Amino acid sequence: MSIRYGLLALLERGQMYGYQLRAAFEESTGSTWPLNIGQVYTTLSRLERDGLVRSLPESEAGQRPYEITDAGRADLALWFATPISRTDRPRDELAIKLALALTTPGVDVRAVVQNQRTATMRTLQELTRLKYTSDTPEDLPWRLVLDAMMFQAEAEVRWLDHCETSLVRHRPPASGPTPNSEAVGRSDEEARR
Amino acid sequence: MSVRRDTAPDAEQPTGLDDPAGPPTEAVLDLRDVHRTHGSGTAAAHALRGVSLVVRPGELVAVMGPSGSGKSTLLTIAGGLDSPTSGEVYVEGQPLHALDRSALARLRRRRIGYIFQQLNLIGALTAVENVALPLELDGVGVRGARRLAQDALTEVGLTELGDRFPDQLSGGQQQRVAIARALVGDRRLVLADEPTGALDSQTGEAVLRLLRRRVDAGAAGVLVTHEARHAGWADRVVFLRDGVTVDSTAPLVGVEALLAGSGR
Repeated sequence: MSIRYGLLALLERGQMYGYQLRAAFEESTGSTWPLNIGQVYTTLSRLERDGLVRSLPESEAGQRPYEITDAGRADLALWFATPISRTDRPRDELAIKLALALTTPGVDVRAVVQNQRTATMRTLQELTRLKYTSDTPEDLPWRLVLDAMMFQAEAEVRWLDHCETSLVRHRPPASGPTPNSEAVGRSDEEARR
Repeated sequence: MSVRRDTAPDAEQPTGLDDPAGPPTEAVLDLRDVHRTHGSGTAAAHALRGVSLVVRPGELVAVMGPSGSGKSTLLTIAGGLDSPTSGEVYVEGQPLHALDRSALARLRRRRIGYIFQQLNLIGALTAVENVALPLELDGVGVRGARRLAQDALTEVGLTELGDRFPDQLSGGQQQRVAIARALVGDRRLVLADEPTGALDSQTGEAVLRLLRRRVDAGAAGVLVTHEARHAGWADRVVFLRDGVTVDSTAPLVGVEALLAGSGR
């Protein structure tokens, strides 16, 4: 997803200037996605270049509001109507990391799996805590964003469990020197943090 | 259950990540280098191989691990339903190995609540009678026990359904009755083994919410699960593999930091 469609969706509510857009964006994503004002203005100027928004005259306070154009509305409607393709998302760094860990001599793959699981589990605890503490009906959009993040974290833990089970039967490729698990494995000391 | 002799301190280092030297008075549950072996000789199966775990008031600890990792054994030992082959278990500072049979039974009925996947509700008793049963077994008068049972049913949102029999309740309601029975009276230690087993996700979440609420009110909780989603309700998650703890998440602090780091 791009900030682009987020801003278009917000402008569909009515004209807004940069700081208002940033605040509204963060509010609608429950602050899970902080934006800096530079990103907002860069995106607005691209949207204007593409004819999807139009800038209005500056107010006396020096704020320049933007409004959505018909082309912008059409583009936004298309975005809502089209499922997001998995190939549009960033590549899964974790899967690639584990695949490389398996084929790189001297890497303790089980430690990689466990470290990641601990980290992801902790994220899931934090998300659960946030969800538990926000319980008013107005919080629904925010809770749904949290749910999405929780399901992703849960899926990752399940996948890591699956990896661990598969590793039990795995024989590492023959390698020359003694495995240097220190390089990747985390010490108990760090685990306690 | 036999009274176990005191064993000499094991030369092997405890593998648990909790500090066994922590103040035992503060801990509601304190497992110290607990081993549990089933059978002997070549047939010996080591369910637990040196687990230490401290759970304090207001703390919910989840124990995660695959089948056979020892997590259910850990829970039965923590609740005094089984005794360790070596190592020590303290509940509210009381060493379980030093308690005689009746003192242990009393501690189990008064201070420890169990929530299992199998509800074990008695079909011939109403909801409120099921919940009051452990107290009545322990000598609490019928009227007092009923009053506490009714309070517990209110806590789980079943105020109006106390007179129903289990087969007149939905699966989720039956599970709530079982939880009320686990929470009734002044339970300081609540032990849950996959408590959301057959429930749909919304009902399952309600169960965890109840557990969380009791812990937030000052009890100590241990939740055994293989579901990350459920473990997410805990303050700390301990990972068990082949009878030893392999890792543990640090207690939660500063949740806001998560949000600052999640922008992409």
